[in-house]
Amino acid sequence: MTIMNIKVTFWRVLFVAIMIAGLYSTYVRYLHGLGAVSNMNDQYPWGLWIGFDCLCGVMLAAGGFCVTGAVYIFHVERLHSVCRPAILTAFLGYVLFIVGLLFDLGRPWFIWHQMIYMNFHSVMFEVGMCVMTYTTVLFLEFLPNVLERFNLAAPIRWVKKIYPVLVCLGILLSTLHQSSLGSLFLIFPEKMSPFWYTPALPFFFFLSAIACGLAMTIFESTLSARAFGRGLERSVMTEIGGALYVVLWIIALLRLQDFVHRHVFTTIFKGSYEAYFLWTELILCFVIPLTMLSFKKVRTNPHLLYLAALSTILGFVTNRLNVAITSMDRWNGSHYLPSFTETSITLMICALGFFFFNMAVRFLPIFEDEHHGAPHAEQTLELAEVQQPTLVH
Amino acid sequence: MSKGILYDATMCIGCKQCESACAQQNELPYDDKVAAESVQTDHKFTTVLAKDDKFMRRLCQHCEHPACASVCPVGAFHKTADGPVVYDVWKCIGCRYCMVACAFSQPKYEWGKLNPRVRKCIMCPDRVAQGLATACATACPTGATKFGDHEALIAEAKDRIRNNPENYVDHIYGLNEVGGTSVLMLSSVPFEQFGLPKIQRIGEEALPEYTGRVMDMMPDFIPLWALVLGGVYWVSNRRAEVAEVEAEERALRGGK
Repeated sequence: MTIMNIKVTFWRVLFVAIMIAGLYSTYVRYLHGLGAVSNMNDQYPWGLWIGFDCLCGVMLAAGGFCVTGAVYIFHVERLHSVCRPAILTAFLGYVLFIVGLLFDLGRPWFIWHQMIYMNFHSVMFEVGMCVMTYTTVLFLEFLPNVLERFNLAAPIRWVKKIYPVLVCLGILLSTLHQSSLGSLFLIFPEKMSPFWYTPALPFFFFLSAIACGLAMTIFESTLSARAFGRGLERSVMTEIGGALYVVLWIIALLRLQDFVHRHVFTTIFKGSYEAYFLWTELILCFVIPLTMLSFKKVRTNPHLLYLAALSTILGFVTNRLNVAITSMDRWNGSHYLPSFTETSITLMICALGFFFFNMAVRFLPIFEDEHHGAPHAEQTLELAEVQQPTLVH
Repeated sequence: MSKGILYDATMCIGCKQCESACAQQNELPYDDKVAAESVQTDHKFTTVLAKDDKFMRRLCQHCEHPACASVCPVGAFHKTADGPVVYDVWKCIGCRYCMVACAFSQPKYEWGKLNPRVRKCIMCPDRVAQGLATACATACPTGATKFGDHEALIAEAKDRIRNNPENYVDHIYGLNEVGGTSVLMLSSVPFEQFGLPKIQRIGEEALPEYTGRVMDMMPDFIPLWALVLGGVYWVSNRRAEVAEVEAEERALRGGK
């Protein structure tokens, strides 16, 4: 079916539906305030928007610093082909994080106060400054895509000259704010369930960002290969799958050590409201992907590898939602579930992420290897036409 | 000298004069409906809770080392020399970290407003600066809420427990909780019955210490990590360069 020359597909219809719901909720948010649009209240001042849009958004965008770090700092040249998509995901992730923040902040029009009223003791201040700087760094890392598209050779040379500095700065800033997102929770030990409160939260947030960065790289490469009918570099995916396997083992063992050290290891086996959420998280984070990735057959099979990566992503998303929301249920003596309008804004932000990723891949030389010289814009367009484009994949 | 409030629940008759005075002082609506509300909200900074014939007042504890002030990215909260923990609405960006961080869940939010403020008891800073007692202490007919010098109030609270040990649980709430608070409380029944968190739960350590320990590492961590990254880059880059030159030399030698 086509309407006005646009082919109607399931994903396009879904995209339009999400956008309509999201825009309606945006209208409610900015005309009637936070109370009208969300289920947040004095007991749950932070809800889905902080738990998912901010905490998970930043975590899922970690592929940028993981891959660029491996390629430019450690000279793992084999991963070169996934550098650009990883930077694109990271850049979009951070921009959308800021968009999410504009919804969540009660007084978003004063967000610039961050730059003039600085409280150096605040973890949130550090996160804010790092995110702001890192988004700029990511913009510069992303810039060559646009410059190549328009054949601007001179500025590309400038950016290339400072590229190692940008990458170093990116890793430094990411280390700081990825871990600091965990430090945010350190100040209220009394409110959180011992399953999730640990003085090591910053370390776990940093490590889970690396795991998710790798998993997202597999996820997005597989999806875009499928959507655009490109060949997937299997050896690269296998290699990232191997790295993910190692990182997941490290996190799993550290989590275990942390549980034992804080004497909560036995309580996780006793059935409780929190324990069910914890087990959902642990199974998705560790049991499924570690079992899958231990087989070479899985690591070399793009489809299975994709499923393992997906499980990892869902697992760590559950983990962060647990940290931000579930862990405080007992203290509050109540539960929080996001409202429809609240959820629709989160979905809209996700849908925009897919949409812009799709657009960027279509119009910018994201999957072109920069060693092959100038990009071929015509070729990109041709490909898009051949492939029965989907608006969102 | 820093000021404080001593609330003695055994002297409280539950008349809610403090609630009414607080509302008037802060220009908040107050009627029978608001008086009946038992939870603190954006329009009720203090509340007198009743259980049988026992009463308990809830209000901001005005911590010596306030978590709200420590976590605020823009420093909208600060503790004045007089004791009150005050809020600057102009600075606030609305991140609500103060609300999450407060062990006593005191900051409340104007969820229904488009330009919302964080609301909580600010211990009448204008009155305190003029040397006056807070509105609630002035209004209290029995002296259950008493305003005065913090140190003197601590001594008095200790005296009251020593003189009438059978009337009180042997604990001054706020003396050591989260490193001490400007508001002190005495009661004949355990405080947790009225929702005040136990000291075993919130600890005697100032809450900002928990994040402070991590933040203090930053000045050392940043240059060190930058150095390591730069070093790794230099080494791996150099190795690539050497490998390239060696490959060239090998090719040349092979050519000869």
